[in-house]
Amino acid sequence: MTLVVGEQVAAQRDVFGDTLVELIDQDERVYVLDGDLANSTKADKVAQERPERFLQMGIAEQNMMGVAAGMATCGLIPWISSFACFVVNRDLDQLRVVVAQPGLNVKIGGAYAGLLTGLTGKTHQEMADIAVMRSMPGMTVIAPADGVEARAAMLAANDHDGPVYIRFTRDPHPTIFPADYRFEIGKGVVARDGGDVTIISTGVQTVRALEAVGQLAAEGISVRLLHLPTIKPLDVEAVVAAAATGAVVTAEDHTVIGGLGGAVAEALGEHRPTPMRRIGVADCFGESAPNDDLLEKYGLTASCVAAAVRALLQD
Amino acid sequence: MSGDGRLTQERLRELRRAAIAVRRHLIDAVHHAGAGHLGGPLSAADILVALYFELLRIDPQDPQDPQRDRFILSKGHSSIGLYATLAMRGYFAVEELRTFDRLDSRLQGHPDMTVLPGIDMSSGSLGQGLSPGIGMALAARLQGHDYHTWVLLGDGDSQEGQIWEAAAVASRYRLGNLTAILDWNGLQQYGWATDSGYTDLARQPAQENPVERWRSFGWATIAIDGHDLNEIVDAGHRARATEAPTIVVARTTKGRGISFMENDFNWHAKPPSDEELQAALGELAAQEEAL
Repeated sequence: MTLVVGEQVAAQRDVFGDTLVELIDQDERVYVLDGDLANSTKADKVAQERPERFLQMGIAEQNMMGVAAGMATCGLIPWISSFACFVVNRDLDQLRVVVAQPGLNVKIGGAYAGLLTGLTGKTHQEMADIAVMRSMPGMTVIAPADGVEARAAMLAANDHDGPVYIRFTRDPHPTIFPADYRFEIGKGVVARDGGDVTIISTGVQTVRALEAVGQLAAEGISVRLLHLPTIKPLDVEAVVAAAATGAVVTAEDHTVIGGLGGAVAEALGEHRPTPMRRIGVADCFGESAPNDDLLEKYGLTASCVAAAVRALLQD
Repeated sequence: MSGDGRLTQERLRELRRAAIAVRRHLIDAVHHAGAGHLGGPLSAADILVALYFELLRIDPQDPQDPQRDRFILSKGHSSIGLYATLAMRGYFAVEELRTFDRLDSRLQGHPDMTVLPGIDMSSGSLGQGLSPGIGMALAARLQGHDYHTWVLLGDGDSQEGQIWEAAAVASRYRLGNLTAILDWNGLQQYGWATDSGYTDLARQPAQENPVERWRSFGWATIAIDGHDLNEIVDAGHRARATEAPTIVVARTTKGRGISFMENDFNWHAKPPSDEELQAALGELAAQEEAL
C-alpha cells in the first residue's frame, strides 16, 4: 500500500475520544476508565456523550489498572485513558500482576506519547513505553501513524482478546492512510518500494520518514519504507524481507533503546544481519519547548532521518 | 443457622473442625514443599473457613459461574491457606495440596487464576487485591448481578498506598456489594522495631487504628475477633446487607493455633522441621479432641 503525506491533518487524541464513542455504540462491553485526564486525552467526549460508560477513577493509576482487571474478569472491556508517562510507569506492577500475567482483556490508551507533549517536558514525555510494554509477556503494543490508523487500530484492539497498549500522540499530524484502511495486528505496511536502502518506522515518525523518502528521492536514492504499527508481535517476516536492500535505518519517536530499533535489531541479528542505524531520542530525558525546536534538538525531523540514511550509505 | 442468626452448635463444631483441618493441611504442605508461609495462613484460616463454608455463594462444581460471589486474596502469600480451604470445600482433591510450589503445579506460591479454577484474581504483589474487587463490584452493578465481592487484606498488605487509593474510590462509588476483611494479626515479615531495637522479638503493630482509618475513608466498619467463627459469619452477613462498602476488622493472631508459632514474626515464612511438624500436628489433634 503506497502511502502519501496528505493534505488532511488529525490529532490522534481527538480520534481516541471519537472512536471510544464509536466502540461504545457497537459493543455493550466497552467502558472507559479515566485517570482524571479526560479533557486532555479527549476521552471527555465519552463523559459528555455516553456518561453511563465513563468511570472516573481519579488521580490514582495503580487502583485504576486493578479496577480494569477486575472488570475484565467479568466480561467487560475496560479502556484506560491516561497519559503514557503515567499509565506505563506508575502502575507498571499492577499491569504486570493483574493484567498481563492473567492475560486479561484490558485496553490501555497511552496519550501524549513521545517527545511532543504540549510544553510539559521531562515528566510528561514518555519515550520508553514501547520498550517497557514489549518486554511484558502477552502484551500487544501498537503505535499508529495517523488518525486513520489510530481509529483502525482501536477497532482491531477491541476485537482482540487480551491486553493491548496503544500509544497516541497529542498534536495534529498529516494523514497518510486512506479512509478505508483496515488494521491487522502484527502486520507491517510496505509504504514505499525502493532498492538502495530501507527505512523501518513506527508511529507518527512514519509521516516524517515519508517526507525523508521524498528528500532522498530528489537525490536519486531509492528508499524502501516499511511502517510497523505493531511493535509486538513484531512482523519478523516483513522486517527480514525489507532488509533485502542491505541497509536499514529505523525511525521512532521513542528512545533508541529497546523500542522499534531494538526489536528490528533483534530480528535482523538472528535472521539477516544487516548494517543499521537507529533514529530516535538518544538515551536522555527531554525538556519543555515548542514542537519544532524539540524535533530539531532531539533529532526526529525528516531531515535527520534523511541524514542517517546518507550516512549509512556512505559507510 | 439458628433462629437468631447465630450458627448452631453443631454447625459451629463442623466449622471449627474444618479450620483445624485447614491448619493441618497447610502446615503439612509447607513442610512437604520445604518452603512457604505459615504465620499469615494460620491467622487467616478461620476467616477463610467462614467465607468458603458459610458466607460465599459459590459452587465448587461450577467455579466459573458468572453469578458466583467473588473472592480475592490480597495477601497472596497466604495462598496455601486458601488452597487448603478450597480443597476442603471440594474444589480439588486434598492430595493435590502436596504439589504446592512444585513445577507445573496449579498451586503456585502465589495464586494464579490462569491455572487454578476457583481463583478469581492472581495476586502476590501486596496492596493490589482491593482494586480488582472494585472492578468486580462495579461490573456486578453495571451488569445487574447481585453477587457480592469479598477481599481479604493483610495489615502489612495495607501499608501499600494502592489500598488507600482503592478505599477512596470504593466509597465514592458507594459499593455496598464489596466487603473487605482485614486479617489484623499485627505482624509483618520483619516490621518496625520497638524502643528496644531490632534485636528484640517485639515489633510495633503493622497497622494502627484500622477502624478509624477505614471509617475516615467512608467505609462501614465492623470490628470482631477474627478467630471466633460465630463473629466472622455474623459480620459477613451484616456486611453483605450494608449499603456502603464494609471493612470487617478481624483481630487475629499470627501463627494462630500452633503455640510456638504464635506472635513470632520469624514464622512468617519458614517451613517446620520434622519435629516441629509433629509438635504442630499434635497440638491440632488436641484441639480437635477438645471440640
